[in-house]
Amino acid sequence: MAVGKNYLVGVFEDPDVVLDSIKSVRENGVKIHEVFSPHAIHGIDDYLGYKQSRLPIASFFYGLIGCSLALFTIYWMLGFDWPMIIGGKDFVSLPPFIPVTFEFTVLLAAHGMVLTFFIVSDLKPWAKPPVFDERCTDDKYIMAIDLGENKKSKEEINKMLSDSGASEVNEKNFK
Amino acid sequence: MTISDERFDFTASAKKKLAITIVAGILLLLVGIYLNIASVSHDGGHATLQTTVTNDLVAFNGANAEQAAGEHHETATWLKRLYTDLWINNVFFAGLGLIGLFFLTLQYVTQSAWSTGFLRIPTAMANWLPIAGVLMLVVFFLGKHDLFHWTHEYLYDKASPEYDALLDGKKGFLNLPFYLIRMVLFFGGWTLFFYYIKKRVFAEDIEEPGVKRWKQIRAASAWFIIFFGYSTSIGAWDWVMSIDPHWFSTLFGWYVFSSWWVSGLALIALIVIILKENGYLSIVTENHLHDLGKFVFGFTIFWAYLWFSQYLLIYYANIPEETVYYIQRLTSDNYRAVFFINLFINFVFPFLFLMTRDSKRKLATMKIAAVIIIAGHWLDFWLMVTPGVMKYEGGFGFMEIGTALIYLGTFLWVTLSNLSKHSLIAKNHPTLEESLHHHI
Repeated sequence: MAVGKNYLVGVFEDPDVVLDSIKSVRENGVKIHEVFSPHAIHGIDDYLGYKQSRLPIASFFYGLIGCSLALFTIYWMLGFDWPMIIGGKDFVSLPPFIPVTFEFTVLLAAHGMVLTFFIVSDLKPWAKPPVFDERCTDDKYIMAIDLGENKKSKEEINKMLSDSGASEVNEKNFK
Repeated sequence: MTISDERFDFTASAKKKLAITIVAGILLLLVGIYLNIASVSHDGGHATLQTTVTNDLVAFNGANAEQAAGEHHETATWLKRLYTDLWINNVFFAGLGLIGLFFLTLQYVTQSAWSTGFLRIPTAMANWLPIAGVLMLVVFFLGKHDLFHWTHEYLYDKASPEYDALLDGKKGFLNLPFYLIRMVLFFGGWTLFFYYIKKRVFAEDIEEPGVKRWKQIRAASAWFIIFFGYSTSIGAWDWVMSIDPHWFSTLFGWYVFSSWWVSGLALIALIVIILKENGYLSIVTENHLHDLGKFVFGFTIFWAYLWFSQYLLIYYANIPEETVYYIQRLTSDNYRAVFFINLFINFVFPFLFLMTRDSKRKLATMKIAAVIIIAGHWLDFWLMVTPGVMKYEGGFGFMEIGTALIYLGTFLWVTLSNLSKHSLIAKNHPTLEESLHHHI
């Protein structure tokens, strides 16, 4: 999350008011940086106009890699590199390989997905996420608008937020 | 809101379509029987070749009784095959009706709200249960000696050359009176539970809104689910596993349940989609369909998990009494292809096809998946029943398609005519409002 310098932070008391406000602010052509809420709000993705996450697609390919890698490794090890007779079966016998393949598919899909999510969301251990208003972890809903990304003036946006139900509008500057 | 008065109209054109399905089924069945009779009378040499293989197998199984038993009854191949087909459809469609009731009760027990909008569909499906019970009894009495090897008296007679020690050991459970008691108990129990719940479901429609009925149904549902757990598992041993009476698999009850469950879910989804396409059920949105799709997707994998768990253990342990089940299916040209097709259309296809979010949310894709899964699991039952009864004479042809169409048409007729008797929406259901706002 690249952090700009100057933000206007609208503070709301009610999730429904936030949703209405998001709608009116976006209709007025203002780009919203982020909305923070103490809990998940259903349908907020649609209001914010977020596209469907592509994480599942990535996950599918991680799984596919895991599946092929596991099968290849077991086939190569038990079939060619160091053939062993186990349980009187052929060197290369598919059924006993399936559980390991399955586990490895899940392992790579899950870990790959989590790591991708961390990278995409810029969640590294030393990350210092910008805190716009500490009350967003308690009982307030916060809408942050990057002034550098919007052409409208601070006053205009301020008025827009107040009109659409913000209980207060603060300015937040990061150095 | 006017949705509460929505009623399904079982139109003449819908009836006509179903009637055509049934008639087409009867015609296909007759063609199949005719072809079967014709091919048997022309094809003596081929049959001998197959018998040799069968004898090897029977010897491998450690029991000569089956071969000897062949001399005792002279049921014509086509009749035997007809019994087999009837039995497959009996079990499969009884399962679909039962899943209707199970789905309904599961929603009450888990206090689910998302499904309330289309709960009338599984409720209507369960109307098949009493009919299924009668059909099971009738077909059992007609074809019990052909379908179930263990029903022969001489197997338990120590003086008889066909005395079967293994089956005699199982006689405490697998005997005719107890078998019939179980069958009557299960179908009777399911039907009674169904009528008890159904009465309260529809009483809710005409009473003041409240949670009284919901609580009554919930209590009955909890008891039903306990009964369901035991009865489906034992039913699966009785009606499917006992066709191969020497063979056993401890997870077979689950396997049959998973097959019923996933095809039942697919049928619920299919009926929802067809109703939506005809302008009904506007309150069921893509969000509800998405959840149904997840159910189908998830239990497709569950089915595959059980299929594989059964296969892997039998393959690995390599005990002749157990492997005979798969050898029968894998060494015969009649079954080998279906064995792999079964895996493909019931696991590989839905797994890849229903993986994306969109395919579960769109009517067209869900419809394709539902139809294929229902057909696929019918095929799964075909593969469970046919080799045990028909040995190497089984096949998939006009007779199978014909009987399946007859049963499908009748099942849908019963479902839809019951659906049209009451309001399509459970308008006084306490969780209906929550269902309307379901969003994922």
